[in-house]
Amino acid sequence: MHMADALLSPAVGATMWALSAATLGRSATQVRRTMDEGRLPFMGVLGAFVFAIQMLNFAIPGTGSSGHLAGTLFLALLLGPHAAFLTVSSVLVVQALFFADGGLLALGCNIFNIGFFPAFVAYPFIVRPLLAGNPGQGRRAFGILLGAVLGLQFGAFGVVLETVISGRTALPFKAFLYAMQPIHLAIGLVEGLATLALVGFLARTRPELLETQPRSRSAWKGALVVAVMALVAGGCLSWFASQRPDGLEWALAKVGQHEAEAPVESLHGRFAQAQAQTALMPDYAFKSGGESRGATSLAGVGGGVLTLLIVGGVGIALRPRRKMA
Amino acid sequence: MANFGDHLRELGALDRLASMDSAIHRLDPRAKVLVTLFYILLVASFGRYEVSGLLPFALFPVIQGTLGEVPWGLVGKRVLMVLPFALVLGILNPFLDHSTVLIGSWSLSAGWLSFVSILLRFALCVGASVILIATTSMDGVCMALERLGLPRVFTIQIALLYRYVFVLLEETLRITRAREMRANGRPLVLAEYGSLAGSLFLRTWERARRVHIAMLSRGFEGEFHGARPPVFRLKDGVYLLGWGAVLILLRLVNLPHLLESLLKGVAS
Repeated sequence: MHMADALLSPAVGATMWALSAATLGRSATQVRRTMDEGRLPFMGVLGAFVFAIQMLNFAIPGTGSSGHLAGTLFLALLLGPHAAFLTVSSVLVVQALFFADGGLLALGCNIFNIGFFPAFVAYPFIVRPLLAGNPGQGRRAFGILLGAVLGLQFGAFGVVLETVISGRTALPFKAFLYAMQPIHLAIGLVEGLATLALVGFLARTRPELLETQPRSRSAWKGALVVAVMALVAGGCLSWFASQRPDGLEWALAKVGQHEAEAPVESLHGRFAQAQAQTALMPDYAFKSGGESRGATSLAGVGGGVLTLLIVGGVGIALRPRRKMA
Repeated sequence: MANFGDHLRELGALDRLASMDSAIHRLDPRAKVLVTLFYILLVASFGRYEVSGLLPFALFPVIQGTLGEVPWGLVGKRVLMVLPFALVLGILNPFLDHSTVLIGSWSLSAGWLSFVSILLRFALCVGASVILIATTSMDGVCMALERLGLPRVFTIQIALLYRYVFVLLEETLRITRAREMRANGRPLVLAEYGSLAGSLFLRTWERARRVHIAMLSRGFEGEFHGARPPVFRLKDGVYLLGWGAVLILLRLVNLPHLLESLLKGVAS
């Protein structure tokens, strides 16, 4: 599932942007090192393939619904994790720009959830070891299905965490988690089956394309580096940038007990005070915080209507005059 | 699979719009990308229950879209297409969040407030990004991303993907159309999906190989050489700083509140 701008706080969005950009930088270096740059057109065309194949739906028997391939795992099998990550990220950029799938702030989250986990976790740790050597049909199917399912489980967990920490929806952590993980179990199975169908076809027709990537340790070292960076960046950024410290606390309160409302509120009040004294934009935290949250944030209807009238007026005034003559 | 052709048409429509000429089109892509990112960041920075403070932010897409001559129907369609997603995630708020807020003598559920806030954010962010891409060519966006520090391998990858996406979508459309005409309404099952997607892949692979050889033989070494390197001019700087200032001001000053108190002042 794509994360969306509207559900993100700037702190979470920026943290995930930083993580994804760092991973992109690393992958780009790796690709440059292992693949000569003349081969870039290859990746470009494959990116377009993934873009197209994501729109090709197949029927899921017995449900009446349909599914499609996301393709990260398939690309990892074909190109290795670094090139796969770059390719899927480029697909997500174009989708965010043209189809507003997710959005620009959420791009970091989406690249990480959809690209990082399958390419740098599921593929090197599960799929590659299981498919090493000359796997039989059973082992290959098991490896690909498991890899696809786990990659999507991680991705779904990422979406849940990012949403809850951002605190834009009232979805409780547990309920959201319980909804998302099973849904993505199904989606993961579909992804695995589709990847398997595609890989099976290629194994019959062009087996040489599927020769397993040379084993390198760089992939998991990269994952480790990124994980450490995630902790550091997340810690720093949320400390400095979160204008809503209650997002996480509120989530934690939901996980624990609903009655924890009052202390959270007062804790948040203190946070808000401290923030107001130190922040560059003092009204940042006040606007959304405390008991009086909605009261200050919703102006009288008159002011809102007037604002919209002004905005509309500006639009009409600026309308380019087509040449009459 | 009816949406396949729609997607293709819409990509084409945006591509054509981006190659038009207007005051906004002529700006440096870097300035546009930066302003749009900053805008989305500010919209996202509002608290969960903010509604009034978000309204003035409609100013940016309205001005940008009007000066850039982007048809509003297209923007509206995009927003409507992502709306179901916003509805699904936001509609639970009114049921989960039972606290109430008092506005004058009205009491309003905070859940509904945050729901409206999510819908507004969706409309504003989606609108701003669609307008960005309708007024900026894809090569321009790639150039901007590269100058902003993304690795060149990645921006070239995006540019190449974009060049081939039309060809491949058309190819996929042909393949699925051929299948549909023979399938007599039978849905595409997984076993057939493998060979359908597989043959599309093999064609793609062959095409990629041909493209690769063709580009190599023209001296491609991993870099595009643009016809005219873009220059960041004074007006781009003014645009960047001007919008930056206006957006920060809108973020700090709640315009509807201000107008409300003005209205009250006039009335009394």
